[in-house]
Amino acid sequence: MSAPAASTQTAPPPVDMVNVQIDGVWHKFPKGTRMIEACKQVQAEVPHYCYHPKLTSPGNCRMCLVEMGMPPRPAPGQEPEKDEHGMPKISWMPRAVIACANTVSEGMGIRTNSMLTQECRKGVMEFLLINHPLDCPICDQAGECRLQEFSVEHGKGESRFREDKVKKPKNVDIGPRVRLDDERCIMCSRCIRFTAEIADDPVLGFTERGSYTTLAVHPGKRLENNYSLNTVDICPVGALTSNDFRFQMRVWFLNETKSICTKCGRGCNTEIGSRENTVYRQTPRDNNDVNSSWMCDQGRNDFHFVNSEYRLTDPMVKVGAKHEATMWKKALAAAAAGLKSVKADEIAIVASARMTNEELFMVRSLAKTLGVTQIDVVPRTGGADNYLRADDLNPNSNGVRKILGIEPGAKLQSIIDGVRGGSIKAVLALGENLLKSGFEKADLQKLSCLVSSHILANASADLSHVVLPGSSYAEKRGSMINVTGRLQRLNRAINSPGNAHDTWEIIRDLIVACGGSNGLHAVEDVFKLMASEISIFEGLTLSRIGDLGVQVMETNEKIPLLEREKERKAKGMIVG
Amino acid sequence: MASPVQYLPGKEPHAREHRLIFRNVDRAGYDPSIDCYLKDGGYEQLKKALTMEKSAIINEVKASGLRGRGGAGFPTGVKWGFIPPTNTKPVYLICNADESEPGTFKDRYIMHQDPHQLVEGMVISCFAVGAKLAYIYIREEFPMAAKILEKALNEAREKNFLGNNILGSGFDCEIYVHRGAGAYICGEETGLIESLEGKRPYPRIKPPYFPAALGLYMSPTIVNNVESLCHVKHIIQMGGAEYAKLGTPNNTGTRILCVSGDVQKPGYYEVEVGKITMGEVIDVLCGGLKPGRKLKAIIPGGSSAKVLRADEKFKLKDGRELGIMDIPMDFDTMAACGSMAGSGGVMIMDDSRKMSWVINNLNAFYAHESCGQCTPCREGSLWMRKISDRIVDGKASPDDVDMLETVANQIEGKTICAFGEACSWPTQSFVKKFRDELKADCKPEFTGRIVNEETLVAAAGLVA
Repeated sequence: MSAPAASTQTAPPPVDMVNVQIDGVWHKFPKGTRMIEACKQVQAEVPHYCYHPKLTSPGNCRMCLVEMGMPPRPAPGQEPEKDEHGMPKISWMPRAVIACANTVSEGMGIRTNSMLTQECRKGVMEFLLINHPLDCPICDQAGECRLQEFSVEHGKGESRFREDKVKKPKNVDIGPRVRLDDERCIMCSRCIRFTAEIADDPVLGFTERGSYTTLAVHPGKRLENNYSLNTVDICPVGALTSNDFRFQMRVWFLNETKSICTKCGRGCNTEIGSRENTVYRQTPRDNNDVNSSWMCDQGRNDFHFVNSEYRLTDPMVKVGAKHEATMWKKALAAAAAGLKSVKADEIAIVASARMTNEELFMVRSLAKTLGVTQIDVVPRTGGADNYLRADDLNPNSNGVRKILGIEPGAKLQSIIDGVRGGSIKAVLALGENLLKSGFEKADLQKLSCLVSSHILANASADLSHVVLPGSSYAEKRGSMINVTGRLQRLNRAINSPGNAHDTWEIIRDLIVACGGSNGLHAVEDVFKLMASEISIFEGLTLSRIGDLGVQVMETNEKIPLLEREKERKAKGMIVG
Repeated sequence: MASPVQYLPGKEPHAREHRLIFRNVDRAGYDPSIDCYLKDGGYEQLKKALTMEKSAIINEVKASGLRGRGGAGFPTGVKWGFIPPTNTKPVYLICNADESEPGTFKDRYIMHQDPHQLVEGMVISCFAVGAKLAYIYIREEFPMAAKILEKALNEAREKNFLGNNILGSGFDCEIYVHRGAGAYICGEETGLIESLEGKRPYPRIKPPYFPAALGLYMSPTIVNNVESLCHVKHIIQMGGAEYAKLGTPNNTGTRILCVSGDVQKPGYYEVEVGKITMGEVIDVLCGGLKPGRKLKAIIPGGSSAKVLRADEKFKLKDGRELGIMDIPMDFDTMAACGSMAGSGGVMIMDDSRKMSWVINNLNAFYAHESCGQCTPCREGSLWMRKISDRIVDGKASPDDVDMLETVANQIEGKTICAFGEACSWPTQSFVKKFRDELKADCKPEFTGRIVNEETLVAAAGLVA
């Protein structure tokens, strides 16, 4: 093309487009695009600390200063001067401007790497480091610290600072889950804005002034809301650290696996940080249709059971009063024999809405094989908090509805009554502790066969005739449908401990042991089969779900936090 | 202007002065009560203004060429014209009485001795810009002025110069006094607005938060200095064109110079802008330097203005070459000489002053007053103070002087508000103009890491 180079992005035609020159190349952007976002779109990343697309822009870190120019207003009657692309010639301003809060306009020029821009960045980097403790070797942020990264890219490499550094409070307990090191803080105010704008819990603020400015919680307040750990994520340095994660693992050792949180029905997109079969942390992953950039503390820190020493590692069969570890083949045979020793209408299956679609589909197949109709899951509700958490505390209730065709909890009481009355003699419990689901110990003791699949040792496992060790959410690939009808994918971050198996495989093997058919070798095959039988999965495969999920049904549920973010975006307060 | 005014003995204005705003300052038998003000023809201009069209008042102010007296010298009428014509939100007027620029002490005399002049000017200005609510943001260090203003506002309310349906015109206007908590940054208009909203006075980014469009409570807001608002009253009285005859073209009216430092008679002097030179200020108004002393340097417009050296020659674009004593006290020439008229605080330094001490004093002020919002000023201001501390203590190497300058350069033009310039300009100019003197205070052996003795003592204490 002769004139401006084609824009790298396509926007719907009604949006007003403006021509902007970035580092000498002309592009088109929708009017109102922030300069920093425009630069990002053309791979001219502008370093920044305080700017966050989901928060307002105070422009205080000054790291995103760039050289900017506009075509001079021509004198009346005069034609504007043109450059070799036929675009108006830009006259560059002597002062750099912040790219985070300013929007692009017609004919604007941005230089992200000019002398002026570099000089600004060098200066800001030097200032940020002079009072910084430089304790990277013992700082949890090291490895994912913006100060480190930009210092390598834009810093001077040596310090001219010969004075004593400003001393500030260290190891400050500001809340149950977050710890503050004020000397590391670069006063970007992201955390303050997050607590005020997103969490509606404005407990953070600055005290003192000038170089002595200190981040603190307001007197008598604590940072203890259920979203407090998001401040740790958005802190560009190591000022705010998570009590749960600090000093546990250097971040560069962590494998990062894209997954979703299973603490409630929202299905917040996450990244699981693991190393050598241990999960160390779980952080939110951006998804503007589900959780924006955030997640609740409850969900985030709910992974420790995965590493628990109470994990079941071997299949077990009860011999006399004691469980004995055995081989899978023997355990499954024992389970099948137990289940088949009673009539089909004397069997009940208590599955879980925490299972993946693939597992639920296998449950469906098993029920068909055995001819079982008494089947339900354990419902859990009461989680809604007007932010992200869903009322439904099961992550895959919609999967249960679509695959098993039942409403969670509809039959549970009749199953319990059946066990009590003696009409149900065998129960297969998958991933649910029956003693916490309405069953009494005496009920379970009555059963001629209790087969359960668990992750952790518990009292109901203790009462089971056969115990099959399953896998936690961090150990499997599979899919779930969240409360807003979005099909999302879990990925395997670590291996299951010992001889524990992927739960879908356990059920498959049980089907085989019960005399059913086989032919499924991978979880992908399960999904394929499911897609051919259940209409909402039509045309999909596990890989086609992608990292951000696919909308497969409409539930008309609104996500309060996202609704408010949309409002702020519409007002132009945030980029979104 | 007509009637001859008697002043307190020893406080008579100099013949070269032109007392407009300060007409009643130090006036014999004058007190800040409304009765006294009314006897002297007070609130007549308000009555006149209320019969005028709003646009006509703005046009008079534009015609007067009045430039803001707070420091930046921005044309007041033009500022008033920035309120978006399509605006539907309430408009606010704020009187910036946070007079904190070191070397400046004019507004306090207006508020102490002639508060009704300010009130009248404010009500007229409110009427012109369509503001029904106005605030006087007064610095914490002026407790007396705040009391006097409160009293004056009550008196004005009683006489219906304030409140609902002022003098039957149908115009409602209320003014409140808001006291600051002692921060220089509250003089920055967007910092002031944040403070007025009850937040930390962190200046806002501009764009998009230009007060005339998105000011107090995100509504159009006009922020004017005390002296500027008082001038409005006189512009209504004289007419814009007549007022513009005072002073020099583009530098109209009178302004109050606050002269401090090494002169015989420091104090306030109201003069026509540009009609008097620096030399005349020192020699004629202030009675010259102290005996046997030589002029060394002048800070001409408040501590943020760049320093001028006594032996400097200033080449102007129009070909004139001026010595320091020839510079007319106006906005434009002062800017052309590389400094600024600023807030009118003229600080005279003679040869008894050590420049390292002066710059350290200024750096200490700015390090203390930096709000800490944006990086360059927050970190740079304290760094500069620490370097100049060492220069004063004789613990700096000559290289430190050059480093001091580069630190200032890293602040200037990179901050959210003008504080960045305010704190870097003094350093830049002092180093540039007195580099040799500063370096003479340094010792070449002081290179490498400097260990603070206090830290050493503390460390020794820990060991013992």
